[in-house]
Amino acid sequence: MSEHQEENAVKSYDHILMKRLILYTRPYITQWISAIAVLFIASLLQLSIPKFTQVAIDDYIRTGDLAGLTPIISLFFLVLTGLFVTQYVQMYIMDWIGQKIMFDLRRAVFGHIQHLPLKFFNKNPVGKLMTRVTSDIESLNELFTSGLVAIFGDVITLVGIVIIMFLLNWKLALLTMFILPALFFVSIIFKIKVRNAFRLVRSRIAKINAYLQENISGMVVSQLFNREEKNFKKFDDLNHDHLSAFLKTIFYFAIFFPLTGFISAMTTAIIIWYGGVQIMTGALTFGGIVAFLQYVFMFYRPIRDLSEKYNILQSAMAASERVFHLLDEPVEEENEQTTNVDPQHARGKIEFKNVWFAYSDENWILKDINLKINPGENVAIVGATGSGKTTLINLLGRFYNIQRGDISLDGENIKNYSLHDLRSQMSIVLQDVFLFAGTIAENISLGNSKINDDQIREAAANVNASDFINVLPQSFDTELNERGSTLSVGQRQLLAFARALAHDPAILILDEATSSIDTETEQLIQIALNKLMTNRTSIIIAHRLSTIKNVDKIIVLHHGEVREVGSHQELLKLEGLYYKLYQLQFANQDKLENAA
Amino acid sequence: MTETSSSFSKLDQLKSIIPYLAKYKPKLFLGFLFILLTNLVAVIQPIFIKKAVDSLETVTSEKALAVYALSLLGIAFFEGIFLYFMRQTIIVVSRYVEYDLRNDYFAHLQKMSIQFFHNHPTGDLMARATNDLNAVRALVGPGIMYFVNTTVRLIGTLIVMLSINSVLTFFALLTFPIMVFAVAILMRRIHDSFKRSQELYAEITTHAQENISGIRIVKVYIQEELEKQRFEKLNKKYVAERLSLAKIRALLWACMGFLSGLGVLIVLWVGGHLVANGTISIGSLTAFFTLLTHLTWPMIALGWVINLTQQGIASMARINEILHIEPEIEANPNGKMIDSLRGEIEFRNVSFSYNSVPVLKNISLKIKSGTTLAIVGRTGSGKSTLANLIPRLLQPSSGEILIDGLPIETLSLAELRRNIGHVPQETFLFSESIAENIAFGIGDAKPEDVEKAGKLSQVHKDILGFPQKYETVLGERGINISGGQKQRTAISRAIIRNPAILILDDALSAVDTYTEEEILKRLRRELTKRTNVIISHRISTIRDADNIIVLENGEIAEQGDHNSLLENDGLYANLYQMQLLEESLEEL
Repeated sequence: MSEHQEENAVKSYDHILMKRLILYTRPYITQWISAIAVLFIASLLQLSIPKFTQVAIDDYIRTGDLAGLTPIISLFFLVLTGLFVTQYVQMYIMDWIGQKIMFDLRRAVFGHIQHLPLKFFNKNPVGKLMTRVTSDIESLNELFTSGLVAIFGDVITLVGIVIIMFLLNWKLALLTMFILPALFFVSIIFKIKVRNAFRLVRSRIAKINAYLQENISGMVVSQLFNREEKNFKKFDDLNHDHLSAFLKTIFYFAIFFPLTGFISAMTTAIIIWYGGVQIMTGALTFGGIVAFLQYVFMFYRPIRDLSEKYNILQSAMAASERVFHLLDEPVEEENEQTTNVDPQHARGKIEFKNVWFAYSDENWILKDINLKINPGENVAIVGATGSGKTTLINLLGRFYNIQRGDISLDGENIKNYSLHDLRSQMSIVLQDVFLFAGTIAENISLGNSKINDDQIREAAANVNASDFINVLPQSFDTELNERGSTLSVGQRQLLAFARALAHDPAILILDEATSSIDTETEQLIQIALNKLMTNRTSIIIAHRLSTIKNVDKIIVLHHGEVREVGSHQELLKLEGLYYKLYQLQFANQDKLENAA
Repeated sequence: MTETSSSFSKLDQLKSIIPYLAKYKPKLFLGFLFILLTNLVAVIQPIFIKKAVDSLETVTSEKALAVYALSLLGIAFFEGIFLYFMRQTIIVVSRYVEYDLRNDYFAHLQKMSIQFFHNHPTGDLMARATNDLNAVRALVGPGIMYFVNTTVRLIGTLIVMLSINSVLTFFALLTFPIMVFAVAILMRRIHDSFKRSQELYAEITTHAQENISGIRIVKVYIQEELEKQRFEKLNKKYVAERLSLAKIRALLWACMGFLSGLGVLIVLWVGGHLVANGTISIGSLTAFFTLLTHLTWPMIALGWVINLTQQGIASMARINEILHIEPEIEANPNGKMIDSLRGEIEFRNVSFSYNSVPVLKNISLKIKSGTTLAIVGRTGSGKSTLANLIPRLLQPSSGEILIDGLPIETLSLAELRRNIGHVPQETFLFSESIAENIAFGIGDAKPEDVEKAGKLSQVHKDILGFPQKYETVLGERGINISGGQKQRTAISRAIIRNPAILILDDALSAVDTYTEEEILKRLRRELTKRTNVIISHRISTIRDADNIIVLENGEIAEQGDHNSLLENDGLYANLYQMQLLEESLEEL
C-alpha cells in the first residue's frame, strides 16, 4: 500500500517537473507550432518520394510516354526542393527553441545564485553549483531538440509508411511487417548490450584518466621512490582492461550491422519473391515493387531511434529536478520595512552592542563585541590571524546575520535597511583586489551610472593611479584580463582606491595588503590612503605601521574579543597585547623606516 | 617558408603513426582482404535484383522467383560474415594502436623532470592523452576503414554500372562529387564551429566558477546585477555560436537528403528514357537504384574521413610535441651501482637557473656522513631547489655535486634515489591504501615494517583509528585525512626505505610542535647513521642540527650551529626572536 503510494508520489512529482519545464517553453509557443507544422509537411514530402518512382515507372516509362515523364520529374524536383527547405527550417527551429530555453534557464540559475546568502555557499561546494549552471542545463537541451518533437516526427513517418504500404498491396505489406518485430528485437537487444558495454568502457577510461592525472601530479614522488616500473605496470593493466572492454563493443557492432543488413535483405527477398508473384497475378506493378523497396528502407531509422528517446526523457527529468531544486533555494533575507530609512546620506556612525556571532552552532567567532565609531573617525583593527577581524567587517554589511546583540548605522539597526542601500554606503577594499573582466574605467565605476568619465579620471588622478593607467595602451579603456593579472599588486591596490574614492562612500573598509610592494608604490599608496580616509568613517585592518600611527583609535581583537582600545601611544604604554603584537608585526618595519 | 615546413611536418606526423600500424601488419592485411570481399559481394547483389526483375518481364514461375530470393539471402549472409570480420580486424587494430600510444605516452611522461611538469599544466597533458589520442584513433580506425571501403566500393559499383550502361553511369554518379565536397566542407565548418562553441562554453564555465568562488566579493561590491549582465553577454555569445552551428548542421542534413533524392531523380529521368528506348531493361534500372542507395553512405563517410584525417594529424602533432621532448635528466646507462651509500654530500660552486632566472648562486657546501644540515630562509630563497638537486630531480646549471666523493651523474640514477628518503614540501599520497602508500618505495614490505615506520613517524595511532586501519584507502573515494596525518604518512614512506640520506622539505609544517619533537627524537635515536637535510620555518625543528645555513636570494647568507648563529645576531637571530614572541602570544 505504502509502496504504491510512494510510486504515485514520484509520478506526480515528475508531472510537476514536466509542468515547470513546459513553463519555460511557453514564450516560444509560436515557434513550437511552426516547427510542428513544418515537420508535418517535411514528413509528407519524404513519404511522397517513393511514390514518384512508382508512378514514373508504371505510368510513363513502361508505357513509353516520355512526354508525360518530364512534368512528373519536374514535380519530383519541386518536392525535393521543398523537402530541402522544410528539413532545414524544421531542424533549425528546433535547435533555436532548445538554445533559447537553455539560455533562459542558464540566466535564471546564474541570476538566482547571485542572490543566495553566503551561508549557502559555505555549505555547497563550488563544483556542485557549477554542474547546475553547466552540464545539468546542457543535458536538458536534448529533450527539446531531439526529444519531444522528434518523437512526433517519427510517429508521423511510421504511420504514413504503414498506410501507403497497405494501400499499395496489403498482402505484401503484411508479409514485410512480419520481419519488423525481429528488427525491433535485435535493435533493443543491441541497445542494451552496447549501453552496458559502453558503461564499462566509460568507467574504465575514467579509471585510466584518474590514474594518469594522479600520476602526473605525483610523478616526482614516483621518480623519487623508484616506482616507474610498478606504476607503468599498473597503468598498462588499466589500459588493457579498457582495451578489452572496447573490443567487446566492437564485437557488438560487428554483429549488429551485418545482422540488420541480413534482416533488410530478408525483406528485399520477400518483396522480390512475393511481390513478383503479385505482379504475375496483376495485383502489383513494377513501380510498386521499387516503391516498396524504398519504403521499407525508410522504415528502419525511426524504429531504431524510438528506444533512445526514453533515455533522453529520463536523464532530462533527473537534471531538471536538480536545477529546480537550486532555483527553490531561498534568496538572501531582505527586510520589508525599509521605507522609513533614508540611506542616501549616511553620516557613518557605527555601533556594535553586545554582538555575538558564530558560523555554526555555538563556536563563537565574536564574543560580546561592543564598539562605537563616530562619523569621520578612523579606526584600525589589529589582531593575530583568526582573531575575528574579517568576520567583524562581514557583519557590518550583513553578509551574515548575528545571533545576539545589535549593530546599528546612524542609530538605525542595520536590519532595517535594504541590503543594496546598506552595502552601497560602504566601499570595501580587500587585500586581494578583485578586478572584473572589463575596462579600467568600468572597474572604477563598477557600472554605477552616476559616476561619469570625468569623475573616474579625477578619482584615479587623486589616488595617483593615472600615471600607470595613462601608460597602458588604451589608458582607461584598456581591457583587463581575468583577475587583472597584467597589473602589479601595487597598481591593483591603487585602482581599488580610485574605485573607492569615485564612489565616495560614507564608510571605507580596508583590509591592507600584507604582500611586499616596492617602496615607491608604497609611498603612493600611503598618500592615496590618507586622502581616502579624511572626513570619512574608516575601518582598517592594518598591516602597516604608518597606517596605524595615523588612525584615531586602535581596536585590538584577540580570540573574538575586544581586548584593548586606544591610540598607538596609549596602547604602547599599556605594555599589553598590542605591545606584543606591535613588536611581532611592526617592529621590523619601524627599524627599516627609521633607517630610511 | 612556414607553409612548406608545416606541410612537411604534416607528412611527418602521418609517418609517425606508421610504426604503430606496422606492428599489426597481418591483421591489417586481413582487414583489407575482408573489405575487398564485402564489397565484391555487395555489388553482386544488384545484379541478382536486375535478373529477378527482368525475369518478371518474361513469363516466369514462382519457383524461379524463390531461387532469386534465396540467392539474395545467400549473398546477404556472406556479406554479413565478411562485414563482421572487417570490423573485427581493422577497428580492433585501431584500439590496439590507441593502447600502445597511450602506454608510450605514459612511459615518456615518467622520464620527464620536475621542470617539465612545471611548464606543462596537468590539464594540458591530460587533454593530449584524452581528446588528441581519440582523434588519432579515429584516423587510424574508422578513417582508414572507410577510406579503403569507399574506394573499393566505388570501383566495384563503377564496374557493374559500366557493364550495364555507360551513359547512365555518368549521370548516376553526377551528384556524388558534390556530396563528398559538401560533406567535407560542412563537416569542417561544423568541427570549427563546435570548437568555437566549446571555447565559449569554457568561458561561461570559467565565469560561473569565478563568480561562485568569489561570491563574497560580488556581494561586497554589490555587483550582482552587473555580474548577471556579464554572464548574459557570454551566454548570448555562446547561444549565437550554437545557433550558427545549428544552421550548418541543418544545412548538412538537408543537403544530404536533397542530393540523394536528386541522384534518384536523375537516374529516373535519364534511365526512364533509356528504358523507353529499349536500351536497358527495367531490371537494370532497379539495379541502378539499389547501387545508388548502397553508394550514398560510403560517399558521406568519405567526406567525414577527410575531416578525421585533418583532425587526426593535428592531434598527432600535439602528442608528438610531448613525445619529442628529450628527458632532461638522463639516467646514466653505465651508472655506477652502489650497494650502500655513506651519505656524504658535497656541493661545489653549484648554480641553478629556472627559465633563466637564477635561483641558486654559487653554492658550496659539505655535509659529512651521519650529520644533519638544516636550511632556513624566506619563501623563494631556494631551499627546495637545493634539496631537489640531491636526488637529481633537477640538473645544476653549473657546478658539481658529489655523493660519497663521486660526481652525482656517474651514479646509477635508480640506485641513487633508492638510497634517499625524500619528504617533499607538498605531501602527495596516492589513492591507494595507507600500507601501500607507506611501502611505496620498497618492493615487498612486511606488515611489521610498515607498522614500525608508522610508529616512528607518530602516525600509527591515527591509522589504528581509521575504519580499515592500514588497509584504509585514501583519496577521491576513500577517506580524507588531515594535513598532519598526510605529512606523517609521507615521512613513514621515506624512512621505511632505511635511506642513507633523509630529506625533510618543510615536512612537519602541519604537525604540532609536540608531535614534531617526538618524531625528531625518535629519528635521531633510531637512525644515527644517516645524513639528514632538514628544511623548516620552525627554529625548534632545526635547533639541534650540526650545521644550519640561512639562504637569502639563492645564496648562503649565514652558516653555523644554533648558538653561533644567535651570537651573530643576523637573520637567524631575528627569526628566532619573532618565533619566541609568537609563542608567547599564543599562550595569552
